[in-house]
Amino acid sequence: MDMPPELVVDRLLDDPGTRIIVCCGAGGVGKTTTAAALGLRAAERGRKVVVLTIDPARRLAQSMGIDSLDNTPRKVAGVAGGGELHAMMLDMKRTFDEIVESHADGERAAAILANPFYQSLSAGFAGTQEYMAMEKLGQLRARDDWDLIVVDTPPSRSALDFLDAPKRLGSFLDGKFIRVLMAPAKVGGRAGMKFLNVGMSLMTGTLNKLMGASLLGDVQTFVAAMDTMFGGFRTRADATFRLLQAPGTAFLVVAAPEPDALREAAYFVERLGAERMPLAGLVLNRVHGSGAAQLSAERALAAAENLEEGGIVDQEAGKAALGAPAAHSPAGGGAPESEGAEAGADADAAEGADVEGITAGLLRLHAERMQLIAREQRTRNRFTSLHPEVAVTEVAALPGDVHDLAGLRAIGERLAAGVPAGA
Amino acid sequence: MVSGKGGTGKTTVAAALALALAREGRRTLLVEVEGRQGIAQLFGTEALPYEERKIAVAAGGGEVYALAIDAEQALLDYLQMFYKLGSAGRALKKLGAIDFATTIAPGLRDVLLTGKACEAVRRKDRSGRYVYDHVVMDAPPTGRITRFLNVNDEVAGLARIGPIHNQAQAVMKVLKSPETAVHFVTLLEEMPVQETADGIAELARAGLPVGRVVVNMVRPHHLDDEALRAAGELRGDVAHALSRAGLGGPAERLVEPLLEQAAEHASRVALEREQRRVLARMDVSAYELPLLGTGVDLAGLYELAAELRKQADEE
Repeated sequence: MDMPPELVVDRLLDDPGTRIIVCCGAGGVGKTTTAAALGLRAAERGRKVVVLTIDPARRLAQSMGIDSLDNTPRKVAGVAGGGELHAMMLDMKRTFDEIVESHADGERAAAILANPFYQSLSAGFAGTQEYMAMEKLGQLRARDDWDLIVVDTPPSRSALDFLDAPKRLGSFLDGKFIRVLMAPAKVGGRAGMKFLNVGMSLMTGTLNKLMGASLLGDVQTFVAAMDTMFGGFRTRADATFRLLQAPGTAFLVVAAPEPDALREAAYFVERLGAERMPLAGLVLNRVHGSGAAQLSAERALAAAENLEEGGIVDQEAGKAALGAPAAHSPAGGGAPESEGAEAGADADAAEGADVEGITAGLLRLHAERMQLIAREQRTRNRFTSLHPEVAVTEVAALPGDVHDLAGLRAIGERLAAGVPAGA
Repeated sequence: MVSGKGGTGKTTVAAALALALAREGRRTLLVEVEGRQGIAQLFGTEALPYEERKIAVAAGGGEVYALAIDAEQALLDYLQMFYKLGSAGRALKKLGAIDFATTIAPGLRDVLLTGKACEAVRRKDRSGRYVYDHVVMDAPPTGRITRFLNVNDEVAGLARIGPIHNQAQAVMKVLKSPETAVHFVTLLEEMPVQETADGIAELARAGLPVGRVVVNMVRPHHLDDEALRAAGELRGDVAHALSRAGLGGPAERLVEPLLEQAAEHASRVALEREQRRVLARMDVSAYELPLLGTGVDLAGLYELAAELRKQADEE
């Protein structure tokens, strides 16, 4: 299998033409961490950056030194180099409220904010988060305070929701249904609309029956109050969509070398292509490697068995191997008999050590690692054969989670093929 | 209900649970609500339509049916069932009302999804027996589960009278009853465990029934800290043992990388131990499922189902 082209992250981050980076991908692949690490790296390479996170884990927020991120960008302390890093977390209700406040006069805005239907809508049901994320991105870009905006995408039930939600909301707000709800008389004015009129009275009746008069009343009040803002919503949704297609934007699809994550990644690549959104490449997180790749899983296992069965061992070691505990038990390797003093090793630590058992354990671990690497490689090959043109950067797996800027910096280095940020 | 952070194997565990519950001739329904066709992928069948289909036979003759609930279809279904609104339903669709209802109207989508599942829970055949002994839902992830399940309360508050109100109340009654349990799938990693803790607390606050924690993809431990420390100090002996085991020439060069891998393993084991402690403090009993070496296929699903069965029987 041919190797895919390499995604050179630093070139992307350093290019003054790159103004927005959107990280998308399935849930649980390290999207938010990747966004934060990219933001930090860009800042430490001299750019003024803001990272918009959607739903960061508490630890990640803490890693940027900000215990509770909120809807306003906060400067992150401890960033090296000449740039700046700001971070924020989307508050969708607050964002929605701000739109209402900036588009309606005081009294009308107050009426909308108090409407029960609005309150549920803004508190985050299907689509609202996606819409507000894109809205916030539009706002940040319009302020032009930053060289680079790095944005994380919501953990949607379908990975593509954040592209679709603004359009859906826009088309709904433009749609016939709204007009029906608002002013049945207007639609029925023309002769050709008679059919619709019949449908409509049937419908209003149906809706009343279904929703209960009180809810329908709330919805109608809401829609009437929002009337003046609808055009604005549509325009903004369109503008954001165009912004995503513009040359200053780069999409990074984030995945892990697992079948589900890469399947989602492939959908993404196809969808972005169809929407003419600029794809910069694939970030493949949590990739495993081995310094002893020349030793195959099969040979390692065979060798481990040799040691455990004492088959090929020499006379002296054979005694120690007898009665060694199974190496795969959690407590493996604690045989009582002593062996290995011949190497003159530290007697304290080596005392009671079962070299055969330990070595077999090392080999079994290695075999597992090699099997994992092979599985990851197969999964990746499937993606690469579908999309050979997509540039890829790999991030080696870390044993634990990220807790501080140093951890984010380390991930940034891995994203950039091991180059320190300042280089 | 099976929830969990993204990437923890929620769909796999839900499918294994459905198989495990379909013992001794019982019938379970496995429900998917996020439109991802994860069940079809897992069972290697073509995309599931909005229709209950038998997808597997469990050990002992039980059956697993599957259903991918589509919110739009569920709404039309619902209108048809309760109001005989065939043509009006189509008119509503033309106007964009169905779109509105299923994608934008606050929570209506989630009401439809939970409502359909509850309908399957309560459905009886002519002889008055429940059609399904168990309904297992591959539910939304931990971050959204409480809102998803609680949406009926919200909607019942919004629509203060009328059929939507009644429907929402009826669904909420099933969800809050002892017949429902919300299980959380997690890995022995910090973030999923933290999310599980948050999810359990949130669920409990909302008065929804917390079930079990399922620790998924548990990996075997090969070497403990002590063995590792010893190995570090016995480099020469390890190299010796490697060549005795038939790895002749390059044995010397293998020692360092193998020790490095072992050190990574040990730090992961330590992290896992810490996460186990955190889980133990949650006071929710846990099942454990092993990591399947070759990935999850149909045989693997049966293996996981048997494992769940075994752990349940041991209790």
